[in-house]
Amino acid sequence: MYRYDTFDQQITAERVAQFRDQVRRRLSGELTEDEFRILRLQNGLYMQIHAYMLRIAVPYGLVSAAQMRMFAHIARKYDRGYGHFTTRQNIQFNWLKLQDAPDILADLATVEMHANQTSGNCIRNITSDEFAGVAQDEIVDPRPYAEILRQWSTFHPEFAYLPRKFKFAITGATEDRAAIAVHDIGLSVIKNAHGEVGFRVLVGGGLGRTPVIGTEICDFVPWQHIITYVESIVRVYNEYGRRDNIYKARIKILVKALGIEEFRRQVEADWQFTKNGPCTITQAELDRVATCFTAPAYQTLPKEDAAVAALLRDNKAFANWVKRNVKSHKIQGYAAVVLSMKKTGMAPGDATTEQLEAAAELAERFSFGELRITHMQNLVLADVKQSDLIELWETAKSLGMATPNAGLLTDIICCPGGDFCTLANARSIPLAKAIAERFDNIDFQHDIGEIELNMSGCINACGHHHIGHIGILGVDKEGVEWNQVSIGGAQGNTASLGKVIGRAFSFAQIPEVIARLLEVYVRERFEDERFIDTVRRIGAEPFKEYVYATPVAEDPKLAGAEYALLDKNKGTPYDTPFYSPRF
Amino acid sequence: MIIKNKSIVNDDWNVLRLGEGDSPESVDVPSGKIIVPLTVWQAQRETLQQRSEVGVWLASDQRAEELQNDLAMFSVIAVDFPRFGDGRGYSLAYHLRTRLNYHGELRAIGDVLRDQLFYMQRVGFDSFAPRADKDIHEALKGLSDFSLNYQASVDQPSPLFRRVQRGNEL
Repeated sequence: MYRYDTFDQQITAERVAQFRDQVRRRLSGELTEDEFRILRLQNGLYMQIHAYMLRIAVPYGLVSAAQMRMFAHIARKYDRGYGHFTTRQNIQFNWLKLQDAPDILADLATVEMHANQTSGNCIRNITSDEFAGVAQDEIVDPRPYAEILRQWSTFHPEFAYLPRKFKFAITGATEDRAAIAVHDIGLSVIKNAHGEVGFRVLVGGGLGRTPVIGTEICDFVPWQHIITYVESIVRVYNEYGRRDNIYKARIKILVKALGIEEFRRQVEADWQFTKNGPCTITQAELDRVATCFTAPAYQTLPKEDAAVAALLRDNKAFANWVKRNVKSHKIQGYAAVVLSMKKTGMAPGDATTEQLEAAAELAERFSFGELRITHMQNLVLADVKQSDLIELWETAKSLGMATPNAGLLTDIICCPGGDFCTLANARSIPLAKAIAERFDNIDFQHDIGEIELNMSGCINACGHHHIGHIGILGVDKEGVEWNQVSIGGAQGNTASLGKVIGRAFSFAQIPEVIARLLEVYVRERFEDERFIDTVRRIGAEPFKEYVYATPVAEDPKLAGAEYALLDKNKGTPYDTPFYSPRF
Repeated sequence: MIIKNKSIVNDDWNVLRLGEGDSPESVDVPSGKIIVPLTVWQAQRETLQQRSEVGVWLASDQRAEELQNDLAMFSVIAVDFPRFGDGRGYSLAYHLRTRLNYHGELRAIGDVLRDQLFYMQRVGFDSFAPRADKDIHEALKGLSDFSLNYQASVDQPSPLFRRVQRGNEL
């Protein structure tokens, strides 16, 4: 992975010093909250319902064992013993004090980490394919470019006060696993007919209030020019993006308003001034960065391991895990393994101090000391020997990280929701828990097969509900939480936006609504047809009809006091969320 | 007092802002060193260009190109920040410096605060009028938050990877 040189380290250290002074001035009253807010957000620090939350940047999701141990240290020393992996491939901590934030950033700097630009109206942490470097369908490893763009965007003086946040995603594989179509800029690294490397560039995708699939602005930007090209996109956006209405401030609105042809014309007009200029990436710089991402010392291994093959025959639990959580690898004898952070009973994406430490150890034992955080809120060990799979499975099982549900119904993408977030209309985590409990039968889940259930507690769509095969969105009706259900969304090469099936449901109705959607699927599906493909084939109507045919009863367990509705008219019903690993 | 070329100096420029009911055509431009809004410059160009010391300021929604043919006539050009979170002024400054090759004084006015000065300096501002209620000596410190930058801008036309030998180990 990328290693800091003295320049990276110095810039990071100067950032910590800068923020330490800003916090000091806030605490002394020199800075008003309004003046400080933007500064703390650009250091990843939010003020939530209970405490400050710090979102730590994990560039393109890649993390070392030492960095994972640092997360455990932060969880133990400054937080309440757990962290939360996010859809931006980052990790956030929910129970921090403002006074501690500079020390946490200083601790992070010792392992070459930071929280720069994980919030605010600036260029956010760049996300990528969690199987970068090991995927069989990879054309070009995107990570060196992601790192070069990380450095370009870090403290870019012109783009710290954009109209709104700005997100990049980058993939280098045939299959898009980074959801690039729903980012402000989506990049795919490709090769042209001459074998030269460049980028197909999408612009103006995004979720939130106005979900839009990105549009191609250029089919091939040679890699040397990618900095100047994206800089021109962001500059045109900075100048002309709307600033009068926060809901219309993302670049997707500007691209829609101008039309892609006019937007492209303006970008290219700007680009003419910088193309071939000093910001053109040099071969030497690409080589320097790419050296950090060369293949580890793989061994020559047989294609199959006999013990694994035997256990696959004899042990259904192991076979289920391999089927769902073990992915193919470009090197013979190796596999990429998804460590599920979606065990029923845990908040999706949450990891305890013990799990963070254990994950670091697993990485050292089995995967060259590295892990990836996925936008599905799981972990990946990317370079595991087939012959280690049994031992890894046993260990991960004992840690609660081997639920064989990757890509299945309970592999729910879920935002922190109303338990933590001031923006949320509804609670996502308790609802995810209720759903996971209702369908906590691995045979049933394997029968249903691949399905993506995504939940956001509000329209900002941190839980990517628009691109869930089933999406759940928390909405507010006169201060009380309700949930809108959509179907037909998808990420990947055939990305699509889900459509709402009808009027919203109460918290306690949702598990039954999902059960009904699945019943229609089971009734209508062809053999081996995924839920999303059935929806695409027969349309949403049969699903709608069946869900609303008879009244949907509330689950009495969910209507109880433990699951008391979030009712903003009555204030928050609890001081701390009841549902978290530590309560 | 303003910050200019990294020092605190006296300043005798006044900034003219149109009040309610003022029109660019008819507003009375006081004598002395005065920085007028772009609209006033455009409306009263004939008379204003006779004066030896006149400056102009751009609002954040105006374009640097409006001044393309007039750059030599100003002793100072200012860019107004209506709110410190409005980042258009950064690209305005970048355009003035790199595309229009303006080399004179470029001043940040309006909601100008210490924690924005570093980036402002990078995109080409060389003078700053911090908000009146803030301590200008404190604000000055904002110019030295970082000693290194990754990317190019007006102050550093080359990115770090072209300026130094990168990759030295920690």
